This record gives sequence, structure tokens and C-alpha cells, in this order.
Amino acid sequence: MTSDTRAGWRPVTEAVGSVRAMKAVFLRDLKAAFRQRQDLLNPLLFFIMVVTLFPLGVSPEVSFLQQAGSGILWVAALLSVLLSLDHLFRHDYDDGTLEQLVLQPQPLFLLVLAKVAAHWVLTGLPLVLLAPVLGIMVHLDGNSIGVLCLTLLIGTPVLSLIGAIGAALTLGLRSAGVLLSLLIIPLYIPVLIFGTGTVAAAGDGAPVGGYVALMGAFLVLAVTLAPFASAAALRISLSNA
Amino acid sequence: MWQFFHKLGSPKWFFGIANRLMPWLLWGGAALLFAGLIWGLAFAPQDYLQGNSYRIIFIHVPSAFLAQSVYIMMAVAAVVTLVWRMKLADVFVKSVAPVGAVLTFLALFTGAVWGKPTWGTWWIWDARLTSMLILLFLYFGVIALGAAISDEKSSARAVAVLVLVGVVNIPIIKYSVEWWNTLHQPATFKLTEKPSMPAEMWVPLLLSVLGLYLIFGWFACLRMQTEILIRERRTRWVKELVLAGRS
Repeated sequence: MTSDTRAGWRPVTEAVGSVRAMKAVFLRDLKAAFRQRQDLLNPLLFFIMVVTLFPLGVSPEVSFLQQAGSGILWVAALLSVLLSLDHLFRHDYDDGTLEQLVLQPQPLFLLVLAKVAAHWVLTGLPLVLLAPVLGIMVHLDGNSIGVLCLTLLIGTPVLSLIGAIGAALTLGLRSAGVLLSLLIIPLYIPVLIFGTGTVAAAGDGAPVGGYVALMGAFLVLAVTLAPFASAAALRISLSNA
Repeated sequence: MWQFFHKLGSPKWFFGIANRLMPWLLWGGAALLFAGLIWGLAFAPQDYLQGNSYRIIFIHVPSAFLAQSVYIMMAVAAVVTLVWRMKLADVFVKSVAPVGAVLTFLALFTGAVWGKPTWGTWWIWDARLTSMLILLFLYFGVIALGAAISDEKSSARAVAVLVLVGVVNIPIIKYSVEWWNTLHQPATFKLTEKPSMPAEMWVPLLLSVLGLYLIFGWFACLRMQTEILIRERRTRWVKELVLAGRS
């Protein structure tokens, strides 16, 4: 449990520092994900396609898109994070890695935090990077696009963190995907409200500092509380198997 | 005190207590609710602005009140489940979650019926309506997760975690939705302030709120008894109970 053992030659079975363990889990998840590149691309493609549906389904008018654009992008990002959550623990659950993680001497919630961080780097961050392109396609102005990216940058980690609770709870269940969405969507609502609210305020020329600070508060709250809930849920799901 | 607490963990003991408690809850609740509703619907004065249509408040407010407090009760039971692994707490959560969902729906439905003459529309994306709708979603999530996990113990704990996550989120959801849009009138009863309506209106309202609480208690006991019988069907006392009931 101690975090002062830095020497690299110690056998793996012995307790290594929590930070090192987190780093190992994080890098391992990245490496595993890059061996299955198509899986990385799918949520992004989904994001683009959902955004495409709105001009086709509702209206391609510039005035409508300008007004609804930030909401469309946020909802699409939210849905693609939601879809990617199923993968968060699934592979590790299937091949037994998750049980090993639970058995580690390091606190499970830290390892979960590392896994969620990796998940965000693999799905949330690319969404943020892609958002400006789609923002231009829905005719948002430059300032709004900047604010939108900022809110997504703060908001998508919250989505991943809260979503991890749902992913852990539904692990190993039949039709886990739909159930996961059912459990998690209500919890996503505050993030969505403030995410789009911030962009709307920026569009009106209002100062956005306060909104951004509130979203930052959500992030802090999610980072501090959600990993505990996810870890508890993981233990329950594993004891079920 | 602790002995009582331990006894509370025993389904058999609860079953007996519930049997003795239920008539009081049922008749007390029915009397209060009856009095409150008759008074409210027939004798309370008209509202100067809304006329008679405001009378739906005597159903709307009690169900909305209870819909929210049932979730809080579930959260308390969830803590008990996770900390003390008490079976009865989980029986409570599983039994009342559908009741809470129905009450939430009732609050939304009566609200819609009330909104039509008052606001001129069935539904408005207003803060309190929306947060009740989200509460309904949370109830659905709890029910769905409970139904999806077949193992009794993990189902109990998973649902408890979900209920707790939900209860942490409820204030956040409530305030963000409120910030987002507000049209609904503020809450009728506040603990710290004197009600703004005349006594002929709020006394029957209070009676129906209390009555519905008691009726809820009765119904919760009934559902919990049923759930206990299903879960404990292999134990001797249940078999004896069933045989005694048959003869």
C-alpha cells in the first residue's frame, strides 16, 4: 500500500506505489486500445453521423443550426461516450484481468480512475478535437466553437467518470447496453444543461467564467466521488460472476 | 436499541410486526385521506384566480411530496443494505421503487391535468416538471437494474449503489434544471415559513399529505410481506404460515 517503493527491480507481486500502478493500468489500456484501432474510430464516426442527422432530419437552415448547433454537438458527444462505455470494463471482465485488478494491493478506486482516464483519452479527447470541424458545419461562430470545445473538454471527463459507475453496475448482464443508458442518461443531464448553457451564453456575448467554473466543480465532484462508486460496483459485479 | 435493530433484520419478526401495524396504517391513512379529500374537494373555498381547478392540488401535492420522500427513504435503506447487509432494507427498496414510480407518474399526470386550464398547455419544459420527469427516470433505472440481476445479494448491493449515486445527483439535477428554466410556482409547504394560503386550504392539504403517507406505509408493508414470503418460501415458518392459512 505504501507509495514510496520506486525501485524498478522489485517483483511484480510485491506492493508497488499506487501512482505507478495507475500509470501501468493507464498505459496498458492505451496499448490494448491501439491494437484494435477500429474500435477507437467507431465512437467518432458515430458522433459525426449523429450530427449529420440533424440538418437532414430537422432543418438545414443556417439560423436553426446556429441556434441548435451546440446542443446537437453536445447530445451527439454524450451519446457516443455512452456507447463506448460498454467497452470500458468488458474486455477485462471477459478475460479475467479485472479480477486481478481487484486483487491488487493498491486501492481499486485509483486503478478505476486510471482506467477511466485512459477511456477519456481514447474517446472524450478525440471528440473534443473533432468538435471544431463539426462546429463549422453547423455554422457556429468562432467564439462559440472555442467555448464549446472548452465545455466539452471539461464535460467529457465527467461523462466518462459517471458512465463508469453504470458500466461497472451492468457488467456481465444480458442486454447491458440499453440498461446502461437507462441508468446513466438521467445522471448526465446536469452536465448537458451547463455544457450547452455555457455555449448559449457565449453566443449572447455574456461572460462565461461562472458557467465554466460550475462545470469545473462538476468535474472535481465527479473525480472525487465517482471512482469510489465504480469500485464498489465492480466488486459487486465480480462477486456475482 | 441495538436489539431492536437486530430484530429488524429478521424478516419473520418484521412480518409479525407488519401484521399488527397494517390495520392502523390503513384505517388511519384512509380516514385522514378521506377527510382531507372531502374537505378539500367539496368544502374548501375557491381560488380567486384559478377557480375550482386548483382543487387538484389535494392529489397533486401529496403524491409529489411522497414521490420525492420515497426516494430519500430508499437511499436510507440503501445505506443500511451496504453497511449492515440487512436483507430487510433491500426488501424495502425493491418493494417501494415501483410505488415511488407510480406516485411520480401520478404527480406528473395530475400536474398535466392542472396545467391545461391554468397554463393552457399539458406540458411545459419547466424546471420542476422536468426534474420530476428525471426522478421518474431514476426510479425506472432502479427497477430495471433490480430486475436485471438475478442473484439476490448482488442485486441488493448493486441497486443500493445506484440509489445512492442517484440521491447524490438529485440536488445537482434539481438545481441545474431550476437554473435552466423556471415557471412552476414555488413549493406550497416550506418547513421554515408560514403557508401563504388560508387555513381552509392548507389544513385539508396537510391532512391528505399525512393520509397518503400512512397509506403508503400500509402499502409498503403489504408489498414487503409479499416479497418476504417469496424470498423465504423455503423456510419453515413460511410453510407453517401458509399451511395455517389454508386450514
